[in-house]
Amino acid sequence: MNDIRKAQMLGRSSESGLVQRPLSPHIGIYRWPPTMVASILNRATGIALSAGSLLLVWWLVAAASGPAAFDDVQAFIGAPLGLMIMLGWTASLFYHLFGGLRHLAWDSGHLFAKPSLNPVTYAILLLSAAATALVWFVAYIKLEG
Amino acid sequence: MAAQQKTEKIQVMRSQLGRVRGLGPAKSGAHHWKMERITAIALVPLSLWFVFSVLGHLGAPQKLVAAWAGTPVNAALLLALIIMTFHHMHLGLQVVFEDYIHSAGRREAAILAIRGACLLLGLMASVAVLKLAVMAH
Repeated sequence: MNDIRKAQMLGRSSESGLVQRPLSPHIGIYRWPPTMVASILNRATGIALSAGSLLLVWWLVAAASGPAAFDDVQAFIGAPLGLMIMLGWTASLFYHLFGGLRHLAWDSGHLFAKPSLNPVTYAILLLSAAATALVWFVAYIKLEG
Repeated sequence: MAAQQKTEKIQVMRSQLGRVRGLGPAKSGAHHWKMERITAIALVPLSLWFVFSVLGHLGAPQKLVAAWAGTPVNAALLLALIIMTFHHMHLGLQVVFEDYIHSAGRREAAILAIRGACLLLGLMASVAVLKLAVMAH
């Protein structure tokens, strides 16, 4: 046995002897297909947005509480950590939005043919990156310009 | 050589439906799946509207933001956004917990906790919006 991976390829033949069988690859030696990356990203961005919803609640509650509380939120969002959270939040929002639209298309029986799977996956990655960049460009122009 | 075992076909006097009834996890059918999609569809325009609105109020003082959120249309849209967001968040996180928490007790506890958290967060945000709507002149 020269290859450590062969240790996992252990099966039992129908005549009860041990045999080597090929197994489907595990995550560690799997070349990640784009669709798999997209699926994991959709869940990850959903979890990130759940955490980010705390900021939405804080922002609304502060706006309803008065200028002092609102200034606290604005100061937090404007600080480096807050800006990083907001960047992650906008990127997650747009990715989850376009990824979600892809899921809705699938659920209605569209875009599920094999040739369209990878192009659509690349398209949602590009679209979400472009939308995030656009929002931050507009924000930069508005605040600095 | 292992002896070949002969399997006998057993006649069961029950219908196929009777045999599967009560088995499996489908306690509420497709309701969870359907609500996840419905809230997602609602969130597409609502979240886009929210991002555009926030972009329009970057750096604005509390007075302006409160006035914006307090108009009937904006307050209603914000309430819709809050309800759909936290409903969708609850449904989504429930699936995450169902996938990764294998102990039944801890899984149910986590789902219950996230349900409570989503309800409370949604209520807090809603009360804030309602307060702004009532205070607005």
